Amino acid sequence: MFGAIQFLNGLSYGLSLFLVAAGLSIIFGVLRVLNFAHGGFYMLGGYVAYEVVRRIGMEHGLFWVAVIVAGVVLALVAAGIERFMLRQLYNRDQIYQLLFTFALVLLIGDVVRIFWSTTALSVSFPPELRGAQNLGFTIYPRYRLFLCVVGVVAAVGLWLLFQRTRWGRIIRAATQDREMLSSLGVNVPMVYLAVFAGGGALAGISGALAAPALALRGGMDAEIIVECFIVVIIGGLGSLWGAFIGALLIGQLRAIGITFVPEWEIVLIYLLMIVVLVFRPWGLFGKKQAGS
Amino acid sequence: MKANMQIALLAALCLGLALVPLSGSTYLVYLATQILIFILFATSLNLLVGYGGLISFGHAAFFAIGGYSNAILLTTYGVPVLLALPGAMVVTAILSAIIGFFCVRLTAYYFSMLTLAFGQLVWAVAFKWRAVTGGDDGFLRVAVPEWLATPSSFYLFSLLVVALAVAVLWVVAHSPLGRTMMAIRENETRAGFLGVNTRLVQLITFTIAGTFAGLAGGLFSMFNRSLFPNSAWWLQSAEVLIMVVLGGIGSFFGPMVGALALILLNRLTLQLTEYWPALLAIILIVTLFFFPNGIAGLFGSRPAPGLRDERGEKSDA
Repeated sequence: MFGAIQFLNGLSYGLSLFLVAAGLSIIFGVLRVLNFAHGGFYMLGGYVAYEVVRRIGMEHGLFWVAVIVAGVVLALVAAGIERFMLRQLYNRDQIYQLLFTFALVLLIGDVVRIFWSTTALSVSFPPELRGAQNLGFTIYPRYRLFLCVVGVVAAVGLWLLFQRTRWGRIIRAATQDREMLSSLGVNVPMVYLAVFAGGGALAGISGALAAPALALRGGMDAEIIVECFIVVIIGGLGSLWGAFIGALLIGQLRAIGITFVPEWEIVLIYLLMIVVLVFRPWGLFGKKQAGS
Repeated sequence: MKANMQIALLAALCLGLALVPLSGSTYLVYLATQILIFILFATSLNLLVGYGGLISFGHAAFFAIGGYSNAILLTTYGVPVLLALPGAMVVTAILSAIIGFFCVRLTAYYFSMLTLAFGQLVWAVAFKWRAVTGGDDGFLRVAVPEWLATPSSFYLFSLLVVALAVAVLWVVAHSPLGRTMMAIRENETRAGFLGVNTRLVQLITFTIAGTFAGLAGGLFSMFNRSLFPNSAWWLQSAEVLIMVVLGGIGSFFGPMVGALALILLNRLTLQLTEYWPALLAIILIVTLFFFPNGIAGLFGSRPAPGLRDERGEKSDA
């Protein structure tokens, strides 16, 4: 029976996935770099939050401090990577950028292994969001409801940022024509740096927020990046709206799969992707590529 | 280098390699076998990456498919090896044609993402389909026939198979088909205008590359006498891609040197560090930033011109 609980499970999962995939998609939209390390950023964010919680605890709102620290740390890591390394590869063939971000995945995976070993770790729910909420039609864990709210707030917030602010206009312009933007006096390298750091922060915060909902372990970087890839393949790279719909679809499919074909739910997700690829190879909301 | 000069060198190299078992060192024979298998694996990927310009992050999937198919045919069904190995290639060819059908519909980044996603799917299937693959316990005790049971006999068998397979790949790379692949890599639209069915050529390239990775996987399953889902994990795909880049993308023999170098390095550092992925990452970063043309580039071999273009202009032009 697929009921309200399963639907909400799918929704909270999908909205959390959106948070990660959005960062990947925005970075691609502006920098034209497919960041394989995004899953690594997400994993590192989870571990940083774990470490902060282990040291200062999570009572009296300290969990939120951990989430913010994770976001800041990952923004700094991403900024450092962009400024000192990635920047030098922009004028090279895409294979060099792909392989560079892949090298980062390997490095981050081993950094996590060195500092936190390979055993699975868990973070408990923050005290203010423990227990379950009565929604009238069903009772549902508060923390997962909170994740839904965060996903929706992030989607609306990002939309407002891009459509209604000066910064958003500059970022959108950077996806269109960076030479023109540069001629208009905008510091384009700075925009790239900010976008890459912002994407890193989003991944770090997503990882920190996901930590109480799932166990931290090696290999979670691979799982999340594959799901993000599927989200943007379905939705279209660089499209925020596409990432949103793609993530929600995958969340629901996962919930359906777990209910009816447990263990093999991943196959359903691939089937959805294949259907999209056959009929709209450029994604539901992407632009048709030249030459395809 | 002239083509027949290359062939002569390669033949001489094969003859030399056939003498390795005379050294009497089992370890050396064992190491040489492993290197041979990965030379085939890397060369098959180079057909896709170097000649086809298609950057696959899921090539290990086909290595694993070939490996499991060969192991299952040999062990579960008792098929003789001279049928099992070609059988494994057929299975891999069919699956790589199916997966390739979807992947070559996409260009550039999407292709890379999709190959990675399919690679992880193959890993997930190997991991969860316990009844057939043994799941994460691995497929153990692969039934290696008696005439291949000693390290030396298996080494000579691998040498023969790898030499033949690499020869076939060489012929493919230098055939009109290979030239067409390069034309598509340089400018897909122009190749299309010349009447080339670009997607079909890419699919054929993908299938050939996958099939030979499957053959390498089949050899590996017998070499290792067991196979684990990790052989399809993205780290394995990355490792072979790093072999190609380290050796030199687009140079036919570069990736072989890359395979040799990376395996020797792995052996040397095995006792020193358990952080092989980090070391791999550092090697990769140093290669990318300082030796973009790989080891082959150090010896004057230049990469294919398309690989030096300004980004974007190649795929969108």
